Amino acid sequence: MLTFISKRILEAIPTLLILITVSFFLMHSAPGSPFSSERSLPPEVLANINAKYHLDEPVINQYFYYLGGLLQGDLGPSFRYKDFTINELIGQSFPVSAEIGIWSFLVALLIGVGCGVVAALRQNSWLDYSVMGFANLGIVLPNFVLAPLCILFFSIYNHWLPPGGWNGGAWPYLVMPVIAMSTSYIAQIARITRGSMIETMHSNFIRTARAKGLPKYRIIFQHALRPAMLPVISYLGPAFVGIVTGSVIVDVYFGTGGIGQHFINGALNRDYSMVMGVTILVGTLTILFNAIVDILYAVIDPKIRY
Amino acid sequence: MNLSNTKKLLEVNRLRVNFRTPDGFVTAVNDLNFTLAQGETLGIVGESGSGKSQTAFALMGLLAGNGVIEGEARFNEQNILTLNEKAMNRIRSKEIAMIFQDPMTSLNPYMKVGKQLMEVLILHKGMSKAEAFEASVKMLDAVKMPEARKRMNMYPHEFSGGMRQRVMIAMALLCQPKLLIADEPTTALDVTVQAQILTLLNELKDDFNTSIIMITHDLGVVAGLCDKVLVMYAGQTMEYGTAEDVFYRPTHPYTQGLLKAIPRLDADDEQLSTIPGNPPNLLQMPSGCPFQARCEFARERCGESIPPLEEYAPDQLRACHKSVDGWVA
Repeated sequence: MLTFISKRILEAIPTLLILITVSFFLMHSAPGSPFSSERSLPPEVLANINAKYHLDEPVINQYFYYLGGLLQGDLGPSFRYKDFTINELIGQSFPVSAEIGIWSFLVALLIGVGCGVVAALRQNSWLDYSVMGFANLGIVLPNFVLAPLCILFFSIYNHWLPPGGWNGGAWPYLVMPVIAMSTSYIAQIARITRGSMIETMHSNFIRTARAKGLPKYRIIFQHALRPAMLPVISYLGPAFVGIVTGSVIVDVYFGTGGIGQHFINGALNRDYSMVMGVTILVGTLTILFNAIVDILYAVIDPKIRY
Repeated sequence: MNLSNTKKLLEVNRLRVNFRTPDGFVTAVNDLNFTLAQGETLGIVGESGSGKSQTAFALMGLLAGNGVIEGEARFNEQNILTLNEKAMNRIRSKEIAMIFQDPMTSLNPYMKVGKQLMEVLILHKGMSKAEAFEASVKMLDAVKMPEARKRMNMYPHEFSGGMRQRVMIAMALLCQPKLLIADEPTTALDVTVQAQILTLLNELKDDFNTSIIMITHDLGVVAGLCDKVLVMYAGQTMEYGTAEDVFYRPTHPYTQGLLKAIPRLDADDEQLSTIPGNPPNLLQMPSGCPFQARCEFARERCGESIPPLEEYAPDQLRACHKSVDGWVA
């Protein structure tokens, strides 16, 4: 297992390097630059700025400047927010997204798996149909619709929760972002859990467990749940990255100041270092969580050994 | 061997298993009757789809959700077909245990073999973990599992098919059940392993004085192991008698056909004898005898009414319009 983990870490380095290289050159090959806005700057000023950010040099030089900074853990200065480095900007916004993300993830996991198991065990009953009906609703209802509905209901009609802001992550500020983030994941997890639970409950070894005279709850928790979780876990890895980094809508509607805003603004403003920063962040998280999924697989399935 | 043995362990009366399907009602088991005494072995023989496995599942309460049972099965004077799940769980594995057809998939691949054995004893015998462990090792020894103690900590995928079936047998016998239902226990195994498993079952049957219902399509298995044989076709009993009678003096055309289809080493036949045709579709059962379409002796009468199961000699029952000596008039 230890060899496997260290191997995965070593593999991550070239993967990330390829990601960085491709993104960097793609980004720079697009026409325009961070300072080519509609309000054109005097050529002397532009030349000065370009020189400061090395934009007057060949792209390959810029690439190595960037890599050099990266090796020291420096994601570079923001092209947009003067006096801020990308490290500072991500350092401020990522903890917010992570907090919303982790809560949303836990909520989605618990409710999703719970609903899926219940629906599977009462297959084709009214309970199954209503749980799965809500799940389908959760999938088709986009969070940019759900978020304003939440604000309407919780803040404007009922004055229960503040309509936005973060306030250091106090729980009233957390509730709506978590609802908006987790709903579609609850739905997906419930659907996957239901399907795999039904399949597991029909397998021969569950029949054996029933023939042993085991009570139903023991069959479910000791025999069925583990194998039924395998497809869920392979979904959870990418889902977790998506939840933590995919807070664009939440950031826009609730003004939480998470990392999601930087995805949009970085791209719109041609903030080169910001785009690179979030790309590296998402890439690293994806590699990390895929590795965690692989490890969890080995923990659950004795046939998988590394 | 007496079919109407006085000390009956299991008495099945008019057992009927129906399935609700989108295409209509299907009768998989049709008015099955048999009795089993303590220590006796009954073979239920038939082709795929003849209802033999469904009979076993019905007795264990393991039918699929769309299955409906009629009739009764008195086990120790108690009708087990009407028991609720909780009461049935006290009988399963403790009084009636089952071995399944496919040992490769019948053990939980995510759980150590030892744990799967121990949980039966902890559940039914109230043993502590340590006691259950020792008892399980002893049972693995009894089914001739080499290095039993070491194997307790292994997962099913580390066992061969034959070894897994030994584990299944050990698991079934842990509580020394009065009745063991073996649903084609050797079908998925290769021939040498089949022989080992059958020998093992034969020895264990005597050691534990367990009654066995052996479900199989392999007449060789029946011959070596069973006291009584019930031949099933399309959910109905064709012939029922002592193994000796059914084997050496088969009277039903279907049984005769089955026996003829066994390849023999001493005959130099060019071609294997078969019963032409296929079993009838259970959704569209013909009127009359279910076997008529494939029967070389079939006459008009066979299409008109279902032949009743009748005792034509002591302890020998058959369902055929043609009398034992041939057609009369």
